[in-house]
Formats: sequence, C-alpha cells, structure tokens
Amino acid sequence: MAGLATFAFGVHILARRRVVITGLGLISPVGNSVEEGWQNIIAGVSGIAPITRFDTSSFPVQFAGEVKNFDITQYISAKDARRMDKFIHYGLAAGMQAVRDAGLDKEGAADPERVGVAIGSGIGGLPLIEETKDEYNAAGVRKVSPFFVPGSIINMISGNLSIEFGFKGPNLSIVTACTTGTHSIGEAARIIEYGDADVMVAGGAESTVSPLGLGGFCAARALSTRNEDPATASRPWDKDRDGFVLGEGAGVLVLEEYEHAKARGAKIYAEVAGYGMSADAYHITAPNMDGPRRSMVNALKNAGVAPSDVQYVNAHGTSTPLGDKNESDAIKAAFGDAAYKIVVNSTKSMTGHLLGGAGGVESLFTVLAIHHQISPPTINIFNQDPECDLDYCANKARPMKIDVALKNNFGFGGTNGSLVFKRV
Amino acid sequence: MDNIVERVKKIVAEQLGVNEADIKNESSFVDDLGADSLDTVELVMALEEEFECEIPDDQAEKITTVQQAVDYILANKK
Repeated sequence: MAGLATFAFGVHILARRRVVITGLGLISPVGNSVEEGWQNIIAGVSGIAPITRFDTSSFPVQFAGEVKNFDITQYISAKDARRMDKFIHYGLAAGMQAVRDAGLDKEGAADPERVGVAIGSGIGGLPLIEETKDEYNAAGVRKVSPFFVPGSIINMISGNLSIEFGFKGPNLSIVTACTTGTHSIGEAARIIEYGDADVMVAGGAESTVSPLGLGGFCAARALSTRNEDPATASRPWDKDRDGFVLGEGAGVLVLEEYEHAKARGAKIYAEVAGYGMSADAYHITAPNMDGPRRSMVNALKNAGVAPSDVQYVNAHGTSTPLGDKNESDAIKAAFGDAAYKIVVNSTKSMTGHLLGGAGGVESLFTVLAIHHQISPPTINIFNQDPECDLDYCANKARPMKIDVALKNNFGFGGTNGSLVFKRV
Repeated sequence: MDNIVERVKKIVAEQLGVNEADIKNESSFVDDLGADSLDTVELVMALEEEFECEIPDDQAEKITTVQQAVDYILANKK
C-alpha cells in the first residue's frame, strides 16, 4: 500500500493517505469512560439488567443494556441538555471524550477547517418523538417545542460537536441501521484518504430504550425474552440463544492522517487499514450469507491483507438464532481454512446491541484489543452451538498477538460494513 | 404583583440558563439575556404553562422584556 503504484502507461499516483486512530470516547452499558468500559469488557462483566426508564410490565421483554449513572451536565449546560434527546447526549459526550483524548481541544492542534465530524445514529430521537406526540395529544400543537426538531434529528450530534469545538470541516451523519457506526468510520477514513480533511471525529450513537423502541423490536420477535436472567440473555453462538438484547450508548473514534498525527506527537492506537461494504439485496430483516462475505472480502482487499494475516474478528454477533450462524458461515466463506485460526468475538454478549451505536463502540473495542494485545471474551457460551464451530473466545479474555483485526456490522435492509484495523 | 415578577424571573432564569440575580425588570431576553429566536418561543410556552393562559403569536412577538411579560400576564390573567 505504501509508496508509488505504477500503471502500464507509466503514470504514477501517490499511495493513499494513511489514517490512524488518535482518540477514543465511550458511553455504554458497561461504563461511561474508555477505561471503565474496557476493564469491564476484559473482565466479562454484563451490562444487561431490568429496564429502569419506564414501566415494562406489559412488555414481553423487560430488560436491556441501559447506560447507568450518566450525567450530561458534566459535558454541557443543563439548558442545552434539556433540548436534546438522549442519543445526542451520548454521542456528544463520547465525542467530547475522544476529542480531549486526542488532544484536539488544545489551541493549534489542527486547522479547524480540516477537522470534520461523522457521527450517525440508526433511529435517532425516538424517545423525544414519543414524548412530543404525547404532549400534542394532550394539549395540541401549541405544546410542540421549538427544540423538538433540532433535538431529535440524527445529524445533531455532528452539528453540536462542531459547534462545541469549532470544527469547520465536513459534517455529516450516516444512517444505515446497525451498520451506521461502521459505515461512519469507514466513510470518515475515506474523507481523510481523499484529502478533504486531516482529522475526522467518527462513530455512532443510539438511545431507543423507550416504549416504541422496545415495542417495535418485540413485535419483530427480534429480542431475547430471558426475563428471568437478563445478564445471560445475550449469548452469541450458544445453542440456546433466543434473540438480541437492546443496548444504548455511543462509541466515537478520532481518525487522523498519519503524518498529521506524527507531526503533532499524537498517541496512535491503531491504523484504519481497510474498509468494505455490500448489500444483501435479499430481505428487509432476514440475514443472507453472501452479503456479509462480500463485505469482509472487500475490506480485506482494500486493506491489502490476506485472510491468514488476520488474528481477530470483532463480529456483529447479536445472539439471534439465524444471524450468528449466518455470520459464522460467512466468515468461513470469506476466510477459507484461515477461519479456524482466527478468534471471533462478540462484545455484544456484554453490551447488548447498540444498533447505530454498535459499530462505534465495537470498533473502539477492536482498536483496544489491538492496542492491548488481548481478545475480550464472548460471555454466556454455556453450550456452544455445534453448527457454529469457530473459536469464539468463550467466557474468558485471551492475551494474544493481534496485528490485524476485522470488524463486522450488518443492518436491516441488508446493508453490510467491515473495517480492517492494523497495529502500528 | 411582586409575586408575578418573581415567578416570571424564575422561569426566565430556568429557560435561558441565567442567574435570577442578573435579571432586571427591564432586561431584554435577546439583547441582555442571550436568548435566540427558539429560546423566546420556548420561554413564551413556559409562561403560558406557569400562568395557565394562552399568548397568541402576534402578542408573543411584542413580549421582549421581563416587564412586558409581567404586564401581559397582569392584563390577561384569568
């Protein structure tokens, strides 16, 4: 990848600009800082518990991965906070952590016009939409707040973060269901590669632990109903898995052009080495094997690595009966024999499924797995499904050499994304 | 009367995120207290709720200071 590529015509084009990760931020069911979250992930601590936010007594599912002990006024004023839905709080807080971690809040760290933001969400301000409709039903249109729209639309994490720090580069938000965070990071990396920015703050956020959010996924029969034991409900590749667990939070990464990061002496966690996408063109919700396979193959190709170069895969691994087997089969199809030498791990076993936030949070964990040379465990594998026969790092973290890692996410609509991260 | 002034100031402080001590009767929401156009719409909604009244849009536009809000409420209180 480095150096010059020579075409038959003797035309030289510069190799693409390298992109590294220089900052991380996390709000999640397992902790509201990178340190706390990572410690819990490595220790195999579940963040899943009974829902506290609203009365779930009429719901078939009564638990989720809620964010706990989160105080938005540690980040922004109470006045501003009141006018934003929770997914914006989470994204903004994780974004501010990441920017500070990268040292970009310091005067002169980067040209503000060369710093952009791409933080997305799968669903956005559903709780605020629900509350506003209740107020409208009770008292009519005069009760609709002027902050309803800017408090609920998806690009307002990117917008508010740019206002907070004065970042004047590209500002956007991608919406691709559960692939949102992955696509956001991949597209942000390409913006830097292409030269439109030197730094991009990228990731995903979600907060749909609300009556309609939970109700919608219940109706789709997508969720685990293990109400009697929430902490073991998310059990990817276990033969008794019965659906995913709704999670919430945000994961944000600071992506930076390599020379730019080196010149200012930034700490470098890992490199974004490749990115691939695909569509299933199959079904709105049911998984398909070939789409994920092509997404992974495209990412490996883009990174210029062979399947045998990869040691660790952070899987989509949602704990649904169909999805987990499908992803295992897709990994085998994409990696061939090398699939059996790779550790395939699902951190969703601890966080639940953060939907649009998943790609951000899980990319962050993938980067830390490389940085600390350890695979997180996949907890709750009591009886591994014989039809899922890869090494899932069951129940206990494993120190190991990780030079190259791959991250998958797949979303409703049949949209797939894969990222390849490398040790620097 | 004093009670209404205090209640208005309390709401203005909450809505605009300013200290109650910094709010004078003649304070302008936009020029002195940093409100933007969305803030003023929300402020009027909060006043409507507190004083159980309805302030029509053409009247709301004319309420730009604490004193004007107090005067309107006194004149239109049920």
